[in-house]
Order: sequence, then structure tokens, then C-alpha cells
Amino acid sequence: MTKKRIVHYINQFFAGIGGEEKADVKPEKRDGVVGPGMAFKGQLTDVAEIVGTVICGDSYFNENEAEASETVLEMIKSYDPDIVIVGPSFNAGRYGVAAGAVAKLVDENLHLPVVGGMYPENPGFELYRKHGYFVEVGNSAATMRKAIPAMSAVVKQIIDGNEEVTGYMPKGLRENVFREERGSKRAVEMLVNKIQGKEFTTEYPMPTFDRVDPAPAVKDITKARIALVSSGGPVPKGNPDHIESSSASKYGKYSLKDIDDFTPENGQTAHGGYDPVYANEDLDRVLPVDVIKEMLANGEIGSLHDYWYATVGNGTSVANAKKFGTEIAAQLKEDGVDAVILTST
Amino acid sequence: MVKAIEATGLPIVHMCTIVPISKTVGANRIVPTVAIPYPLGNPELDPKDEKELRRKLVRKALKALETPVTEQTVFN
Repeated sequence: MTKKRIVHYINQFFAGIGGEEKADVKPEKRDGVVGPGMAFKGQLTDVAEIVGTVICGDSYFNENEAEASETVLEMIKSYDPDIVIVGPSFNAGRYGVAAGAVAKLVDENLHLPVVGGMYPENPGFELYRKHGYFVEVGNSAATMRKAIPAMSAVVKQIIDGNEEVTGYMPKGLRENVFREERGSKRAVEMLVNKIQGKEFTTEYPMPTFDRVDPAPAVKDITKARIALVSSGGPVPKGNPDHIESSSASKYGKYSLKDIDDFTPENGQTAHGGYDPVYANEDLDRVLPVDVIKEMLANGEIGSLHDYWYATVGNGTSVANAKKFGTEIAAQLKEDGVDAVILTST
Repeated sequence: MVKAIEATGLPIVHMCTIVPISKTVGANRIVPTVAIPYPLGNPELDPKDEKELRRKLVRKALKALETPVTEQTVFN
């Protein structure tokens, strides 16, 4: 078997040109391996050869993207590769974005497979995930020794022509495929296998969520300052901020000063994912303002934050929800809030 | 949202109907509620009883905030 031709894209730092002070160097190409390419060579020597390395300063690439893209693409093309490797770029933001952009260039113009390595939170991954096989690597170059074999394994699978390549972070692409059996039958079979303790392969893996340690308990709730937050869409009548009924892009902040009890005249839900009749009739069913005000009056809680915060948790992206939560928390902390009640529908 | 708020060190109780979702997402203090369209009410009760039901649920939530937990806990 003839060895596959690989071109490797790296930044100025990994090429040994220099650090931040050299981040504005223009693209250049060198025959053979440079820097981490040496380690890839060791892993891939039986099946592939790194014929050339293309190098560009991270700042230069990001500040002159059009020009840099054109030059880098020409340089890669000049080696007539079968596969392109970018990085690994760990959690280096500009390097990740540049490596991702190179992946996109290669994918769209040369239609060649690209293998990269990024820390999942590298912005370059989110931006360019669908243009390459990005292997999850650590957040710094200290993990290089783990990154190289993991990325090489993906390269080998591509060279072997594996139908299903594994070991990379999902590209977030959906592909239409036709199956012999209809969905309902496949689902029932899967369920039966699961019940019998047999093996089954899900067709839609559930997302994994990170965890947060429980915050310490409130010592004395009768002295605590409480805040109300909801993803059930409780808003003042008329939905003044036009919070979307699904896939909300914002949250609202509303004064509790003049509301002791919700009525059909002062509150409604903006949520489009459940029957709104009951919430519109009495919004206390979603956000318990009437009893909280009562508890405030009779001393069951110490005090109440002056506002409630509401969004619609209906198809809302995790990224948005996280952003809303972080922004709301900052305002609560500033006001000396001790604990939060969040209601969901 | 629950997690992003809790990540700042503020204790938070999640009052929701579909407990498995809350658990999957990662809330640490969970109080199960009545139904999706009316988590903190029940239109079939007369208003006085409905408010009492809500009062009990909110008291449970306040109790949850006063309770130290080390892992995801459902307050039934």
C-alpha cells in the first residue's frame, strides 16, 4: 500500500519560531515534519508520511484571515495531500480558531478529511466542529503525549476506510439514512434488549451534563434574603420584553414591589410548551408570589429580592440558559441574596 | 440556569414536575411539584385549598434550602 500523504498545520509556537512576540509571522511551508509532526510521524510511519508542514502566526491568521486563508490553502494544496492534520491546539483560542478555519478551508475547497485536536471549550471547536474530526485533548500542551496517539488513531481509521470513525467529538451534523426497519420497531427492539440486559446501541445519545457542587445550606431561613426565578415563562401581562415562546434568547427582570398576588390582569405566561390556561388564570401557580409575600409579612423568610427573573425554558439552548443563570446570579449577589427558588414547568 | 446560579455559591432549590429532567441536568436540591401547566397549584381545588397546597410546597423548598446536602437530593 502506498503511504498516504499528510500535510500538518501548526502555529509559530509549535514550529519553534517564537511565542506571543512572533504571533504575527506570515504563513510559510517547510517540507517534512516540524515540531509535533515528529511525534505523529512516529505513530503513523507505517501508513502515512507527513510530506509538508504549513506554519502561520496565530495573530497573523486571525487578523488577516482572507489573505492568510488563501496563502495557507495554496501551500497545503502544493503538497497534494490525502489528509490534513491541524494542531493539536489544546485550549489556545487563536490557535484553535486558526486551526478550525484551516479545517474549513480544506473541507470546503479540497474536500479532504481533516483531523484536529482541541480542548472541548476551545472556541475554535464550536465554530468549526463540522469541518473536521476534532479529537478531545487536554487544555494545555502538557498533554501533548496523550493527544498525539488519540489523533493518530483517528487518522489511521480514516486511512483504513472505516465506515464508522470513532474517538472524536461529534461534528454536530445530521445525515439522512434509510433503514430497513421503521423507527417504532427499532425502538421496541432496543427496549426489549435493554430490559433483557442485552446490548443495544442508541440512535440518539443523550447529552452529558456537567455537575456543580451543592452550595452550603442557609443557616436560618427566617433571616435570609430570598429571590424568585423561573423558566416557566411568568411575565407581567402583555409580555413587555417579548420573551419568545420557545428557544428564548433573553430573560426578563420584573419588579415585585407592586404585586402581592397574581391575577389574570397582572400576569401571564410566555411559555409556548404547555397549556397556558391555568397560568394565565393565576400565575401564582407558576411563581408563588402570593405565598412568598405572605411569608415575608409573617417572618417566615427574612427579606425578598425586589425583582423576579423569568425566561422560557422551551427548547432554550444550554448555552443561553447558562448565560442567563450567570447574569441573574451576579445581580442576586450584588443585592445580597442568600438563596434562590427556581420554578420550572 | 439552576447550575449557573449554584456555581456562584448561592444555594438554589429547583421546584419542578419532571424530577428526572432536573436530576439529569444537575440540580442539587429538588422539590417535586404538581403538574407541568400548574407546578404550584391545582385548578381543581378551591382557591383556599390551592393556596394551602402552594404554601406547603414553598415551605418544603425553604426547608430544602436550610438542609445541607452533599449530593442530588429530592425533597418529597
